[in-house]
Amino acid sequence: MKQALAVLTVLFAIVAIWYAAVAPMNIRVALDQAERAGELVTPETARDRRETSTWVLMAKNPSHISTGYALDRPRLPAPDQVAQELWKTTGEMVVKGRAFSKRSLIYHAGITLQSTLWGFLLGTTLGILAAVAIVYSRVADMSLMPWAIISQTIPIVALAPMIIVVSSQVGIEGRGVPKAIISAYLCYFPVLVGMVKGLRSPSLPQLDLLKTYNASGTQGFFKLRLPSSLPYLFTSLKVGIAAALVGTIVGELPTGAVSGLGARILIGDQFGTPLAIWAALFAAAILAGLLVTLLDLLQRIALRRMGMNT
Amino acid sequence: MTWLSVSLLFWGLAWWANYRLAISKYRKTRGARVLVPVLFGVTLLVLWEGIVRGLNVSPVILPPPSDVADEFIRSSQILWEDFKQTVFKGALTGFFMGCVAAFACAIAIDRSAFLTRGLLPIGNFAAALPIVGIAPILVSWFGFDWQSKAAVVVVMVFFPILVNTVQGLRESDAMQRDLMRTYAASYWQTLVKLRLPAAMPFIFNGLKIATTLALIGAIVAEYFGSPTRGMGFRISTGVGSLEIDLVWAEIAVAALAGTVFYGLVALIEKTVTFWHPSQRG
Repeated sequence: MKQALAVLTVLFAIVAIWYAAVAPMNIRVALDQAERAGELVTPETARDRRETSTWVLMAKNPSHISTGYALDRPRLPAPDQVAQELWKTTGEMVVKGRAFSKRSLIYHAGITLQSTLWGFLLGTTLGILAAVAIVYSRVADMSLMPWAIISQTIPIVALAPMIIVVSSQVGIEGRGVPKAIISAYLCYFPVLVGMVKGLRSPSLPQLDLLKTYNASGTQGFFKLRLPSSLPYLFTSLKVGIAAALVGTIVGELPTGAVSGLGARILIGDQFGTPLAIWAALFAAAILAGLLVTLLDLLQRIALRRMGMNT
Repeated sequence: MTWLSVSLLFWGLAWWANYRLAISKYRKTRGARVLVPVLFGVTLLVLWEGIVRGLNVSPVILPPPSDVADEFIRSSQILWEDFKQTVFKGALTGFFMGCVAAFACAIAIDRSAFLTRGLLPIGNFAAALPIVGIAPILVSWFGFDWQSKAAVVVVMVFFPILVNTVQGLRESDAMQRDLMRTYAASYWQTLVKLRLPAAMPFIFNGLKIATTLALIGAIVAEYFGSPTRGMGFRISTGVGSLEIDLVWAEIAVAALAGTVFYGLVALIEKTVTFWHPSQRG
């Protein structure tokens, strides 16, 4: 309860700061627009205004501050404008029964989600397999682990355009596969680290007990190591899915994709429609929140059924 | 065919050598710890070279590493210009500004338990968001030059460092703080002598995450407009004009820069938090 109150207060403060920032950010655009509409503004020409500071402009044209909150192409849109745009491209489309038309963010979020999930699946599988290899083989541990760390220090975005070029040359249609590869690259590492930790978490007495039961290696893996690694796995899955989403959006951004949330950001930038960018950003944030919450829920259910209360 | 078989043979030999090293009595020594991963990396390069040359893969798809190395030396002038623009001006400036801002913010918030409780979940959430998406917005606010890149980097590194610092500042336990009180230490003395040192492992954790983010932010922001230099600019135009060698050389620079940057922060961590169990091993 106390926590919720604190979070709400901070959120409220952020929104308040945002609203306060809209006026100075947009005053110049608002004045330009007013001048073009033939209204009287001080100073009168655009060049004079460029040399006047934002605060002076606001003090001299108090009546135009409010226009800054309802511009079509604001530098910084007000929160309610973003919310409206979000509603227009999601909820309203649903009401009209066109939830999956190309103008709807639900469609684009779906495209992004698809690549994210494929990348997540691929990355998680790779991460778990590599973790098993590292835990069971000393060669793998010594040669793979340093490279896994190095691979994460390499900025993947530098590789993103190359991955897309190579996969299109090799003859893979569409952008789903390269995007999934990029998100798998970002998401395997947390899973790998978490699983190595988790698979090594059984204590020596537990491992010895299994030995006294004459358990085989596979039995030891499935009955002891795997179950005791689950809390670690879920924690790293939550990090991993967020990373996979980042990877997909990074894969969509620099490469001229036409559908997906990253593409919406790109197109919004090219056509100068900031509202579309902001709406896509918030849609991505909501998607990330939903995915992490879903995994959190799964974690609670799974761990409770296994008798591991966290 | 020779290329392919030689590289496959090398693979087998390297595998065997690594295996022998990993089970030998030298496996705990520093030399073996370095040699095994290095051999692994070299094997990857040799395989790449062998497969590309052996199967006659078109250099437009994937140039062999020797060509990339060649290009690296030939156009080192361009690479150095791009490196200065992207890493020094964009990434590092943004990294330092973001660190200072997050640090100051964390210490300011830390004085209020209420704010900390409210901000931690929000910060954690924000750290998981695809913040790179704001790159086009910030480029349109701050112009095409390095200022906008630094701004993207500031926003990207802010939340991981903030969250880790706030968490680290809560790390000292009540007993230790009570001890400081019995010494009549002021707030600032407690902060500098007890709580900041105790927070260092967490802070460095955030800094290490931020090093990669800084480079990603600086490069992505260049895809949305930059002066005619910079690593992101060169990569996106190089892909368009099929100068694939140059693109791979640029990628190699990015990889090196990322690794060195991370290594530097890890090195500083080692000297600052030498007392922590994770560093003593």
